[in-house]
Amino acid sequence: MGVSSFNWAIALPEIALALAGVVILAGVVLQPKGEGFLPATVLSGAALLGCMVLVLVAPQGHGYAGTFVNDGFARFMKILVLAGALVAVVLGASYRTREQRTLPFEAPVLILFSTLGAMIMASSANLMTLFVGLELSSLSIYILCALERDNVLSSEAGLKYFILGSLASGLLLYGISLVYGFAGTMEYTGLIEAVRSAAIPPMGLVVGIVFVLVGLSFKLSVVPFHMWTPDVYQGAPTPVTAYMAGAPKFAAFALFLRVMAGPFGAVAPRWQILIETVSVLSMVYGAFAAIPQTNIKRLMAYSSIGHMGYALMGLAAASMAGLQATLVYLSAYLIMNAGTFGCIAAMRRNGREVNGIADLAGLGKTDPGMALALAIFMFSMVGAPPLAGFFGKFLVFAAAWQAGLYPLVAVGAAASIVGAYYYLRIVKVMYFDAPDQALDRPAPGLLLVSGGMGLATVLFIAVLGPILSFAHQAAIALVG
Amino acid sequence: MNAAINAIGLGPYLFVSAALLVLGVFGIFLNRKNIIVMLMAMELILLSANLNLVAFSSALGDLSGQVMVLFVLTIAAAEAAIGLAIVTVYFRNRGSIQVEDVTMMKG
Repeated sequence: MGVSSFNWAIALPEIALALAGVVILAGVVLQPKGEGFLPATVLSGAALLGCMVLVLVAPQGHGYAGTFVNDGFARFMKILVLAGALVAVVLGASYRTREQRTLPFEAPVLILFSTLGAMIMASSANLMTLFVGLELSSLSIYILCALERDNVLSSEAGLKYFILGSLASGLLLYGISLVYGFAGTMEYTGLIEAVRSAAIPPMGLVVGIVFVLVGLSFKLSVVPFHMWTPDVYQGAPTPVTAYMAGAPKFAAFALFLRVMAGPFGAVAPRWQILIETVSVLSMVYGAFAAIPQTNIKRLMAYSSIGHMGYALMGLAAASMAGLQATLVYLSAYLIMNAGTFGCIAAMRRNGREVNGIADLAGLGKTDPGMALALAIFMFSMVGAPPLAGFFGKFLVFAAAWQAGLYPLVAVGAAASIVGAYYYLRIVKVMYFDAPDQALDRPAPGLLLVSGGMGLATVLFIAVLGPILSFAHQAAIALVG
Repeated sequence: MNAAINAIGLGPYLFVSAALLVLGVFGIFLNRKNIIVMLMAMELILLSANLNLVAFSSALGDLSGQVMVLFVLTIAAAEAAIGLAIVTVYFRNRGSIQVEDVTMMKG
């Protein structure tokens, strides 16, 4: 294959982001100690924004000797990933205050590199690209978790995530080696033929697929591979938690959808039951385990486990409508999740961060604006119409119903009702409990994030049409 | 097909690599002592996959498996460096790297 068929331009956003990351890192290292954070944040934010524009204009097609693909689906997921990362960078800038200078300047740059890995995952057309992108994204997040070097919770979070994360990567890699051996190729196009041509797929291939599924489920933190989530979410610095709850999940979902609907789509009946089980377990576990929590970051961890369960419902339907529903669900999740973490990052008292749900008591009187925003996000997570979360949930339920997965829909609806209890408990604490000492005034960046996302949650219905058609194109690109 | 693979077949390679995988996984789950041992177990898992990739690549007469091994080796090196750095930071805060001490957060 000649150099001309390499089609360099399709990876333009990734190349630009990688170069920007290296340049920012090199430039900021030369700054005097402690002064590099602001320039690094501004430059990383600008790089992410610029990259978003590049994603929209980059040519589509296959390239790099069949290892890389840029299609409507990759574009959709990349926009989600970049938006999640951008919000995390803004949160990081506002989170670091005069009193609390714990985040070093590497934070925004590492978020940038992790985003790069996530984008490569979304564009992978080969198991090799998949693995390299996944590791680039994960390795950056291991460091991000442990970035508050003097905080024992942060380093414990980093350690736990590192050990369980690399175990998952190892299992994924073993699965890749089996798939490669029994299908004879690493390219998705070749895998599609290998899976379709065999009347009964060889046992080694099936085992390999299961290993790949396990590795990806871990990155998504769905039950039974969720053990790390609450501890890591609680211990990691809040902007990092906000990032982890967004971008890497979208990238893992991109892989899940691309691999399952693409190469392994022909054997859908064989893995459908696995996805259904994982989806049911995640929804139920996310709903029940969150009830006794007192730490809001931990609560968000269980909430994200539940949300991933709902989003997987669309994949379990194994239909075009299901794929589209999952993509809309992820968009809604991005908005309400980013907004919620904007509010969590703003929870400070006398300059010190507080994370207890009880610390929100009386927020409705002491800071009505933030209380309103948080209440909107909580109602949206419950799935109350006409907020963003409602449309996501409605579409995945509808897709699962059409596919005849009635038990799945029933469990999902029941889990939503149980979940409503703990989301609405936060609303109750804010509005009906006696006010505690007031929280500090939030930084302008946090107001921007939570206010903007609050508006987006309320006005989601206005942009639902464009998002639906964008998601439809993405689903067509995936299934063909 | 490569001569060595020809002589003894693919089976023994797959068996050894599966044994390494099992050793690695058990090294992580049954080891209740030291985190460094866990890091070694992780390397074992990655190497078992590497052995698989090389054996398959040789048997299939397809180079991409061996290219993948080069990537994996690089990634494993980066992973070990990051892992040791995190263990160092953890040790400075907590004064121990015993597995049973990694329990500040629970619930």
